[in-house]
Amino acid sequence: MKKKTLFINGVETSFTDERNLLEVIRKAKIEIPTFCYHSELSVYGACRMCVVDIDGRGINTSCTIKPEVGISLRTHTEEVRNIRKIALELLLANHDKQCTSCIRSASCKLQDLSNKLGIDKVRFKMTDEIKPIDDSSDAVVRDPNKCILCGDCVRACYEIQDIGAIDFSFRGSKVSVEPAFGKSLTDVECVDCGQCARVCPTGAITPKYQIKDVWKEIDNPEKTVIAQVAPAIRVAIGELFGMKPGTLLMGQIVAALKMIGFDKVFDTSFAADLTVIEEANEFIARKNKNENLPQFTSCCPGWVKFAEQYYPEYLNNLSTCKSPQQMLGAIAKEILPEQYNIKKENLVVVSIMPCTAKKVEANREEFMVDKIKEVDYVITTQELAAMIKQAGIKFEELTPESLDLPLGFKTGAGVIFGNSGGVAEAVLRYAYEKVNRVKLPSSDFLEIRGDEDVREVEVQLNGSNVKIAIVAGLKNARTLINKIKSGEKYFDLIEVMACPGGCIGGAGQPFIFEEHVKKERTRGLYETDKTLQLHKSQDNPYIQELYKNLLIEPNSHVAHKLLHTSYKNRKRILESELSFMGSMNSQKVEIKVCVGTNCYLKKSQKLMGQLFKHVEKNNLRDVVEVAATFCMEKCGEGPNVMVDDEHISQSTIEKILPSLNKKLMKKNLLTIV
Amino acid sequence: MCISISNESVMARKFEQVCEILERNNYDSTKLIPILQQVQDVYRYLPEKILTFIATSLQISPAKIYGVATFYSHFALKPKGKYVIKVCDGTACHVKNSSAIVNAVFKKLGLSETKNTSDDMLFTIETVSCLGACGIAPVVVVNEDVHSIMTPEKTTAVITKLIKEEQYENAV
Repeated sequence: MKKKTLFINGVETSFTDERNLLEVIRKAKIEIPTFCYHSELSVYGACRMCVVDIDGRGINTSCTIKPEVGISLRTHTEEVRNIRKIALELLLANHDKQCTSCIRSASCKLQDLSNKLGIDKVRFKMTDEIKPIDDSSDAVVRDPNKCILCGDCVRACYEIQDIGAIDFSFRGSKVSVEPAFGKSLTDVECVDCGQCARVCPTGAITPKYQIKDVWKEIDNPEKTVIAQVAPAIRVAIGELFGMKPGTLLMGQIVAALKMIGFDKVFDTSFAADLTVIEEANEFIARKNKNENLPQFTSCCPGWVKFAEQYYPEYLNNLSTCKSPQQMLGAIAKEILPEQYNIKKENLVVVSIMPCTAKKVEANREEFMVDKIKEVDYVITTQELAAMIKQAGIKFEELTPESLDLPLGFKTGAGVIFGNSGGVAEAVLRYAYEKVNRVKLPSSDFLEIRGDEDVREVEVQLNGSNVKIAIVAGLKNARTLINKIKSGEKYFDLIEVMACPGGCIGGAGQPFIFEEHVKKERTRGLYETDKTLQLHKSQDNPYIQELYKNLLIEPNSHVAHKLLHTSYKNRKRILESELSFMGSMNSQKVEIKVCVGTNCYLKKSQKLMGQLFKHVEKNNLRDVVEVAATFCMEKCGEGPNVMVDDEHISQSTIEKILPSLNKKLMKKNLLTIV
Repeated sequence: MCISISNESVMARKFEQVCEILERNNYDSTKLIPILQQVQDVYRYLPEKILTFIATSLQISPAKIYGVATFYSHFALKPKGKYVIKVCDGTACHVKNSSAIVNAVFKKLGLSETKNTSDDMLFTIETVSCLGACGIAPVVVVNEDVHSIMTPEKTTAVITKLIKEEQYENAV
């Protein structure tokens, strides 16, 4: 076949299956500036930075045009340069330009391009009013004054996660990106994954930093402050110190944390090993009983919240295991105070996570025992780098140090948790040996690994086929679950991670402007597994010791108390009810009908119509109030109806009326009729 | 909360109408705009909770519906008065002194640009860019009724008449 070519600045350039001119130009080693272009998201064409001059077509955005044979374009004519500059100047006009105090300073694309394109002054006046900052969420902070309306966050939320917690609202000069009805993020369906912050080119959405709180604890002599470091940190933090992505820097991280003032440094991978054993045993038990399958992993708090909001009927299918972060916190608070001879409230656990949702997870009430949190603070990779810089530590020159024992010793299985597919592989390394009662010939399950965000594999366990799915991105999770619901697919075990690529692609990681970076981090974690002596969680001697001294056996009573949790349905939108019919009479019976998605699909609105008719027909308007509520958080049993304080599940009008009549009789209200 | 009983069964009936509108449109999210138009006909605005309900029923995010509802000036997210007074401020009406009409209405009803609905929920005043009736400028439209070649005095007279009608209706 003849080679396809086009001309960039007069140079003949070949192309193959690139999706647009922008990709061809970038492959030709010419950097075209963009704000709204992300290869993983749909093409939007809004920022006008990528304009080029195409012969016969004039000035066009290169991201929106397919490469065609013979196209001749120029990338930096005077006209093109001027258009880019003016577009950028206009974006800067209403931008809150307090760069020195912005946490995105130095990683801000707007700042970077302003420098690169030579903007030396902004001629336009600021016309927008200062808008309030939304810092309601523990995961991310939204500062609309820094938003340039590129829409990256909106598309990430829809296209990666299929949630749509934020969208454009209003029109023209009033356009803004915000949650429905201008609510705050905590009042809507946001799952805290932070993918919006990951793609934001400016400081309009950023992880919520907890650095100040952590410094305060470190400065307090009464407190013993310990750190746990998640797998994905060690292969990414170097990027913030000019090192290559994927470089393993665990030893340097330990050294830096000790210099900062942490008393002990442990490894979340230790708890990941523990998760493997608990979760694999849970899976084997479920498989034997053939109940609550498929088993979904529960390490990812973004996914857990997503399931709680959208798939209440599958909550029993989630593994009851806490995430490694919480397991480490729980074990630390259980055993360390005695070991260190300190009061429990003086032990501070700080997690270093690649993730913004972990910040919210640590605050879940399930993870608080006697008002003491299992994990006190969660800081991201970015925040750790900021602390290292604040302490003036020359990270790149540090001599590596070793993690503390016992909670710092891990096997390779615990390390690969940071990759999409890592949890499933680690569980298999355990389950294979436990069920088949033979040593694994090689600990690598290469068939599980891959770049695709949905992968399906089959593994033989004790003669039976175990079907496993690996999903990254909640949109993919939703598609897969819908296929399971319709009977199109069957799986035994499903690993779900909210972020593409898994935890290595989390929103707390260093910002990525190049595609290959995630792959390098993934490779880094698999290589770390290779260099460790042990690869299977069951071989971890400190885990064995922990079972011997404390946990007795997997899924034991103690293990359940410390390492397992429960889930509950969550409302997506905080809403009070809609009252439709009712009396001013304080003596009345209240009927609340749920019209949330699940109940709605089960025709709760028809039920409401029937109730209206019943009330009208029997002239009960003075004594009965009918209201619609949005979610009673019991979606599995819908349609849900409350008659006063009595909950009726799987309601029908026949089920409701006797209860209503009983209540009316009891309150002596029937006599009024 | 003191809402009269009749009011509440009106709310119930309205909600039933919303359900009917959704059913008529086959719960098709691509018909969002006609659905919102029909729902607005029922309530005279788009109540937040009803929008959330519509989002649930159409299986789209509330943020998307909010985006559509705030994009078009036809949609109102705040309750409007029983009488919506639209004063045309297009070029033809503007040169024929339509701003004096707007000011007269503001003064008469104690309203302003930021507060454009009266507390008794009777009147809402809006300016529109062109009603396409430049030959009879300045134009004022009250609900569906077009009033031509208006003056501030004629407009306040229309309002006074409506207020009297309302008082009469309430007395009966």
